Amino acid sequence: MKAWIAYWNILRKDIRTYYLKPPNLSWGIIFPLAWTLMFFIKSGTAVDHAFHDVRSLLPGVMALSILFGTTSLLAVTVTFEKKGRSFERLLLAPIPLELLMLAKTSGAVLFGVANAFVPVVMAAFAADLSGVVWCQVLLSVVLLAVSSTFLGLYIAVSVSEVFEAQTFSNFFRFPMVFLCGLFFPVEKLPMLLRPLSYAVPLTYGADLLHGAVNGTARMPAALSFAALAGFCAVLFVLSLGNIRKRWIG
Amino acid sequence: MSALSAIEARNLTKRFGDVLAVDDVSFDLRPGEVFGFLGPNGAGKTTTINMLTGLARPTSGTICYFGRDLTGDVKQAQHLMGIVPDESNLYPELNGLENLCFCAALYGMRRREREERARELLKDLGLAEAAHRRFAGYAKGMKRRLTIAAGIIHQPSVLFLDEPTTGIDVASARQIRQLLAALNQAGTTVFLTTHYIEEAERLCDRIAFIVDGQLVRVDTVANLVRGLQDQHLVQLSLRGEPADLSRPLHAAFPEAQFERVSEAVLRMRTAQPVALAPLIRFLEEHGVGVTEARVVRPSLEDVFVRITGIELERMKKEKEKAGGGA
Repeated sequence: MKAWIAYWNILRKDIRTYYLKPPNLSWGIIFPLAWTLMFFIKSGTAVDHAFHDVRSLLPGVMALSILFGTTSLLAVTVTFEKKGRSFERLLLAPIPLELLMLAKTSGAVLFGVANAFVPVVMAAFAADLSGVVWCQVLLSVVLLAVSSTFLGLYIAVSVSEVFEAQTFSNFFRFPMVFLCGLFFPVEKLPMLLRPLSYAVPLTYGADLLHGAVNGTARMPAALSFAALAGFCAVLFVLSLGNIRKRWIG
Repeated sequence: MSALSAIEARNLTKRFGDVLAVDDVSFDLRPGEVFGFLGPNGAGKTTTINMLTGLARPTSGTICYFGRDLTGDVKQAQHLMGIVPDESNLYPELNGLENLCFCAALYGMRRREREERARELLKDLGLAEAAHRRFAGYAKGMKRRLTIAAGIIHQPSVLFLDEPTTGIDVASARQIRQLLAALNQAGTTVFLTTHYIEEAERLCDRIAFIVDGQLVRVDTVANLVRGLQDQHLVQLSLRGEPADLSRPLHAAFPEAQFERVSEAVLRMRTAQPVALAPLIRFLEEHGVGVTEARVVRPSLEDVFVRITGIELERMKKEKEKAGGGA
């Protein structure tokens, strides 16, 4: 019970001091808008016909919003607290490390989930969203947010400076965006790169969302869910190991 | 003995690659005592605290908390500890009250209990007026006081204080010392590191000296000082621009040891009483006037200088320059 009091208060503090700050809120709105416009430009769709493509673009915009929202903020907040040594305060508290890190990441997961639904709200004004499998959307969004957050955590505990966290994040994020099938279908990627596509969580998250929104999944939903759950577990365990090695050395 | 110790460290060693930061250190922290842990910068004080509090794992050795060996699982003892690091590391965007309530919540205190305790501490430490101001806007001494309040909010059995008064104003430092004395009277065991030797002398029951990662002495202040009482110490206040006179002084007075306490203060230590006139004449011949000469009682500072071979003033300045404290 005592540990859960700590969990709730860490989460509440992070939401208040990081995720509900105006710059981050505006990021959550501007970022999906920018991605949507980018997709329209890329596909050469005229603006007056663009609304027809909204539904097909929605899964990709949601996936990218989650990926960029979670990794950016978590990498910065954890690195910032580590640098200011306030993170030591958390490490010295009588809370199991696993629960502590879940508390530190829960805010980013919620931020990622909220970010994912910003484009959904926008799309609801422009397209018919009937037939969308909302349960699968929600579960996919949560799992993708958790795996992206844990990727952000892994990055945050591997660096010392905020700028390093940003640079290192991009090292992972941009290859993931190009490999996950959003820009080029995985089948059309060079043979050598194709295995890499299946080694990134975004591929499974985006595919699940495509399946839930448009019914165009390439892989069975169960496989994608299992793969995402596996990524979550592996990234979390790796991050905890890294924390023990680097911060409680 | 083990069952009575609040903390018992045995053969603690910590290596960082090829660097041996703490080398086979053993000591007991007795319940209710103030235990000073002194040594020059980089001697291994903070690494030892980190091992005792769970921020670092010992390479070898054991740590028992109230008789339980928790070397590999310090988490289980963290609810007993309060830790005040050498930097004021609270959350700049939260106000004083929120910071304390947040720290109390980390120890599982319920909302009402933590608010009451936080308000009580803010009042005791003279921060009640600043309770709703952001921590980022606090002055250095206020930051330090709030950081100490955060360390004791859950009423720990053992309190670790790393340089609690370095770099802060006199009034804040005094208030902190009074608080520590009161906490100790109430039964809290205190583990204190400080560069202010007079602070250690005033507050500590026992003192351990660590030099280059090794514990060289652990004893009561009285016993430490007693070892120097057969010595004669004379302190000279100097005027003028003294060059480095250590070699000529040593050549002219081979029976004495000389220490520069500061730019304008020279200390002479001898085993037998000596006449001062030849020394004063010698200094004047080298262009240095003597404005005052007085016999001083050996202090803990002398013990420190003798054990570590390091001038305290230089060490304090280095620490303050490095931004230690708040």
